[in-house]
Amino acid sequence: MRSSDGHVFVLALPFVVVAVFAAMAWVDRRRGVNAGPGFFARNGWPVGLFLLLAVTLWALFMIVLPQLFMVEMSFRPKLPPAAMGGARDVYTLENYQYFLFGSTTSTASWNATHLNAFWRTILASILVTAGNFAFCYPLAFYMAQVAGAARVRLLLLLLIAPYWLNEILRAFAFRVILGTSGVLNKLLFGAGLIDAPVDFLGMDVGLYAGLSYAYLLLMIFPLYNAIESLDGRLIEAARDLGAPWWRIHKDIVIPFAKPGIGSGCTLVFMLTSGALAAPLVLGGPRSLWFTPIVYDRFYQAFNWPQGSAYAFILLLTCIAFVMAVLKLGRLNLGEITR
Amino acid sequence: MTDAVELDRMTVRFGDFTAVEQASLGIRQGEFFSFLGPSGCGKTTILRTISGFIEPTEGAVRIGGRDMRGIGANKRPTALIFQSLALFPMMSVAENVAYGLRVRGVGQRERMAKAEALLNVVALGDQAGKRVDELSGGQRQRVAIARALAVEPQVLLLDEPLSALDLKLRQHMRNELRAIQRRVGITFIYITHDQGEALTMSDRIAVMNRGRIEQVGDGRTVYEVPETGFVAGFVGETNALPGRVIEVGSGLAVVETAVGRLRGRNPKGLGVGAQAVLFVRPEMLHPGLDEADNLLSAVVEEHAYEGNLTHLACNAGGTRLTVLLGAAESRNPPVEGVPVGIGFAAADAFVLAG
Repeated sequence: MRSSDGHVFVLALPFVVVAVFAAMAWVDRRRGVNAGPGFFARNGWPVGLFLLLAVTLWALFMIVLPQLFMVEMSFRPKLPPAAMGGARDVYTLENYQYFLFGSTTSTASWNATHLNAFWRTILASILVTAGNFAFCYPLAFYMAQVAGAARVRLLLLLLIAPYWLNEILRAFAFRVILGTSGVLNKLLFGAGLIDAPVDFLGMDVGLYAGLSYAYLLLMIFPLYNAIESLDGRLIEAARDLGAPWWRIHKDIVIPFAKPGIGSGCTLVFMLTSGALAAPLVLGGPRSLWFTPIVYDRFYQAFNWPQGSAYAFILLLTCIAFVMAVLKLGRLNLGEITR
Repeated sequence: MTDAVELDRMTVRFGDFTAVEQASLGIRQGEFFSFLGPSGCGKTTILRTISGFIEPTEGAVRIGGRDMRGIGANKRPTALIFQSLALFPMMSVAENVAYGLRVRGVGQRERMAKAEALLNVVALGDQAGKRVDELSGGQRQRVAIARALAVEPQVLLLDEPLSALDLKLRQHMRNELRAIQRRVGITFIYITHDQGEALTMSDRIAVMNRGRIEQVGDGRTVYEVPETGFVAGFVGETNALPGRVIEVGSGLAVVETAVGRLRGRNPKGLGVGAQAVLFVRPEMLHPGLDEADNLLSAVVEEHAYEGNLTHLACNAGGTRLTVLLGAAESRNPPVEGVPVGIGFAAADAFVLAG
């Protein structure tokens, strides 16, 4: 298939899907499956039309089509503009092949640099997510079940206020704190605990701290919401039946808050693995995070098709991982979006 | 024999608010004991202090003779049934019942066998595998009881567990609770604001008001021989006639009230000149009498016929009186609007401090 046909296919796909759904809705209505007043009868036709157009345009042009074009692009070769649409512009897997083997033609050796960065990114994201959870769970529990209303408001303010700064600035703040001539080193040196500056950034302390901090709120809020809706009497009942505190958390609070934990961990994992600013600013010289590689595909190598393929690989792997974890935790998507 | 639970001058304060003041009483082994009082009287605080969720500010709680200070709720030989039941929604019925055993390290097979046995006791043997929210209100109630009994507590504490049920079920569960208590033979401490529940189920009742225990006694004593004005007014219906004591003697007192001089028992030995209230139960008032210890004239304003009973709302010169007639008495009820003599015996009325 030639790429011009591919464009037509990609453009038509969302419209076909919308048309199929509309037809299904129409058939259901004819059969009386959905007996209530129709969408336009409920909202009036001006509002109905506006809602329909706004949602359709937004979803199609802002979300669906750009993504689909990225996917489509990832299957195309890198060509000079003159050759686009020409004889060499055919669908190919060479971008994916490059990710695995570091060459578009040979399969002799693995593309160790990129693959290592990829797996390290996934692994580090898992660790960051786990660390984030370990930090946020006690705090969320305290806010949701122990603290009074005034204390909760204060804590929320303290949690939210730093996020009024933008992400880059926050990342640089970590550099200022953790750099070899940074605040922390000066303090430790002044206290006589070290006699040579410690390279925290080179040890990736800055990277992990920055990444953990960047999405803290996205862990706190789902956890807080879930634990807050837990009836405190259940905790008391467990205690009354003889449960020590750790059993109460293991048996009562965590099972109850599972949907919140699922959604918090999913959000943090997805965003951490796709984070760009923190790795760029805080990554040590030896650390190679995957997102800067993707970024370089686009803006250093000017290889958009390859960048698309890399981004798509990251996305698919993350989705697969999240789905697997949800399956293991016997959670479904409906529960975590509650 | 030591008391199952002993409160020794127990006071509980929350900041400036005193929830329970100087409560002292002993609850016997195997007794069905109720705390009865209006909401906010401190009865739930007492229950939570016994179960270990609150430490008394002063005084002590002893269970089986042992001072419970510093012993957490998870270490006390008590089990609490919550008003909301607080069944664990993430567990099945059987897992709920077995939970207390699970945290005690009882093995899976053994604890499930015991849970099943207990579910049979509360007639839920066939519901073991269900989720809690699949059960009806009465069934959930029984699961909560089974869950509390599973840990073999010395004392079972019940915090208005029947208040969420409808009337029919509530009456059924009263008998059920009483039967379970007789079967297992352990001490039940029951909290309620419903005097009917307290009277029908309890061996003894403590009536509470504003953090203080007003009277402790069996149901009949509390109802028939109230020691304070609050007990007389709160337990059952009553007519309260305020006035001043003008004469005392031979265990009786005469009170000058708005409807005349009335004579009643004087259990607290009030002196002449004391402000007092004369309490008399509606069923102790008899219309159509010409001669009695106390006689007053009233007009019947309203009849409310309830089959076995008839309520009369009477007006005695501006003072409202309620009269309750049994079926036999109400065959010839007084006519509305016509003055009638109402009499009652001095032995049926109580003069208590106002």
